[in-house]
Amino acid sequence: MPGVSGTGCSTQDFDVRRLRFIARRLLQAVPTILLIVVINFLLLHLAPGDAADVLAGEAGSATPEYMAALRARFGLDQPLYVQLFVYLKNILSLDLGYSFRHNQPVLTLILDRLGPTLLLMATTLVLSVSIGVLLGLLAATGLRTWRDNIISVLALVSYATPLFWLGLMLIIIFSIQLDWLPTSGMETIGAFYEGWDRVADIARHLVLPAVTLSLFYLAVYTRLMRAAMLEQAGMDYVTTARAKGLTERRITFGHVLRNALLPVITVAGIQTGGLIGGSVVVETIFGWPGLGLLAFQSLFARDLNLLFGIFFLSACLVVVVNVIVDLIYALLDPRIEIA
Amino acid sequence: MGGFWHRFARNRSAVLGLAILAIVLLMAAAAPLLYPGSPFALAGRPLSGPFGEFLFGTDTLGRNVAAGIAHGARTSLLIGLISTAVAVLLGVLIGGVAGYYGGRVDDLLMRLTEIFQTIPSFVFAIVLVAVMSPSVHSTVIAIAVVSWPGVARLARGEFLSMRRREFVQSCVSLGMGDLRIMFRQILPNCLSPIIVTASLLVATAILIESGLAFLGLGDPNVMSWGFQVGAGRTVLRSAWWICTFPGIAILLTVLAINLVGEGLNDALNPRLRSA
Repeated sequence: MPGVSGTGCSTQDFDVRRLRFIARRLLQAVPTILLIVVINFLLLHLAPGDAADVLAGEAGSATPEYMAALRARFGLDQPLYVQLFVYLKNILSLDLGYSFRHNQPVLTLILDRLGPTLLLMATTLVLSVSIGVLLGLLAATGLRTWRDNIISVLALVSYATPLFWLGLMLIIIFSIQLDWLPTSGMETIGAFYEGWDRVADIARHLVLPAVTLSLFYLAVYTRLMRAAMLEQAGMDYVTTARAKGLTERRITFGHVLRNALLPVITVAGIQTGGLIGGSVVVETIFGWPGLGLLAFQSLFARDLNLLFGIFFLSACLVVVVNVIVDLIYALLDPRIEIA
Repeated sequence: MGGFWHRFARNRSAVLGLAILAIVLLMAAAAPLLYPGSPFALAGRPLSGPFGEFLFGTDTLGRNVAAGIAHGARTSLLIGLISTAVAVLLGVLIGGVAGYYGGRVDDLLMRLTEIFQTIPSFVFAIVLVAVMSPSVHSTVIAIAVVSWPGVARLARGEFLSMRRREFVQSCVSLGMGDLRIMFRQILPNCLSPIIVTASLLVATAILIESGLAFLGLGDPNVMSWGFQVGAGRTVLRSAWWICTFPGIAILLTVLAINLVGEGLNDALNPRLRSA
């Protein structure tokens, strides 16, 4: 393995250490999640109006006695630290509260919408990382030629393009003018496709949202990959490989590429949080029935329980992805201390 | 200063960025002269096309899109600059204290910073504005709260390495106070990377602000580019210009600031350039 030294320990030893690393990494995530819960709780209390106000507003009017009864029922008359404790206990038992707007538990609503969002995010991740790595590679191998220049300018422009505007422009071009792709939703309403027809239908609906969300991250990975390739090209092991008489092609693909991929993987993990934020905007534009659209709807229905449930879950998702990225990283680069 | 300008001007795209930025600044400054009165005022027939009586047409209510863009420039730049200033202040303070004192203070503050970095920033900003109710203040606070961790990590690294330098050691032995060493001695020596990061943060802040305004979380009394795009969304099929031109304004401004930021990076860190 070029540029990488061995670990010098038996495989069994290594497995135990790897398990320990996973356990420690998971333990580190606990205070993070606890603090996010506390932030959630404090913000929920800063918000004007509580659940009783919302319900009373729904009903049109309420007597002070009825309001007091409501507050007692939800435990809103307890001191703040008791409420925090109850809130923590509820969240840790996966009870994210109740959405009075939808008359359903928040967790049920979120789980219903999780699938489409994960589909959108996974597609975006695959698209942006693979194309970004390819473009970065092309730019770095043709340094300061027209190829490098065009790719770098494209990356700069898409890095500065607001997501929502890009989405609307793609709708104008590909849906309104050319009439190639649907403008909104995840499936054709009333078509009731089954099997592969349904898959094809969803894929057609997925194109525009996924391309919109990908373009910004594509720019990030292209720039990163280009920079990482250039950085690696100056390393000693490349000089060694060249001295051995290897061809430039073999040096690039056999040695430089795999080392340049490491920072891309790290950043892909860091960007998960950004992807969730981006999906709020993209899902709102394309009517994609995922968590982002649900967040947007809850925002305007003043359904704070639901909004905070989504916020909490998306933060947890980032924590999980970060742990996974650390593991992949440790697998790819044995130099990383996992003991 | 001459050397700085020379190094900056060697990067042609940075000069282009500076030129675009100058135009946007000029537009923001001249907005009340070019389009006096409120940009929310009705100017003519609704949905008039662009390049006729109105340069960029009118929107669904008959508001002049060009006037909105000129006034929106003030909002975007102002919110971008102020929220970045707050984020940099917060970041330098937290990162500086962590790097200067080290030890447990460092551990604690950096854990906090990492946790804030874990929280998805745009969703966090949405939640913050929703809780505080939409206004210029809440937008600035929300952007600053989600932007400081990057600055804090940078400042921590700089302060940590400066702390061991001889000039700082001599200040300590002279009996200088911690605050004075931090802000009068160390800070001026690590301004370059902070300035570069801050310039790029302004671009990000403008993107977040326009995204919030697009979703309807902007100050309802202040014209902004994101609001204009959001308002034109419903008539996308018949009136493409309402969404298109404010979006181009965002794109050009953010692009220009990024270019200037990279130019500053090249000019302020000449060692990186020659490598």
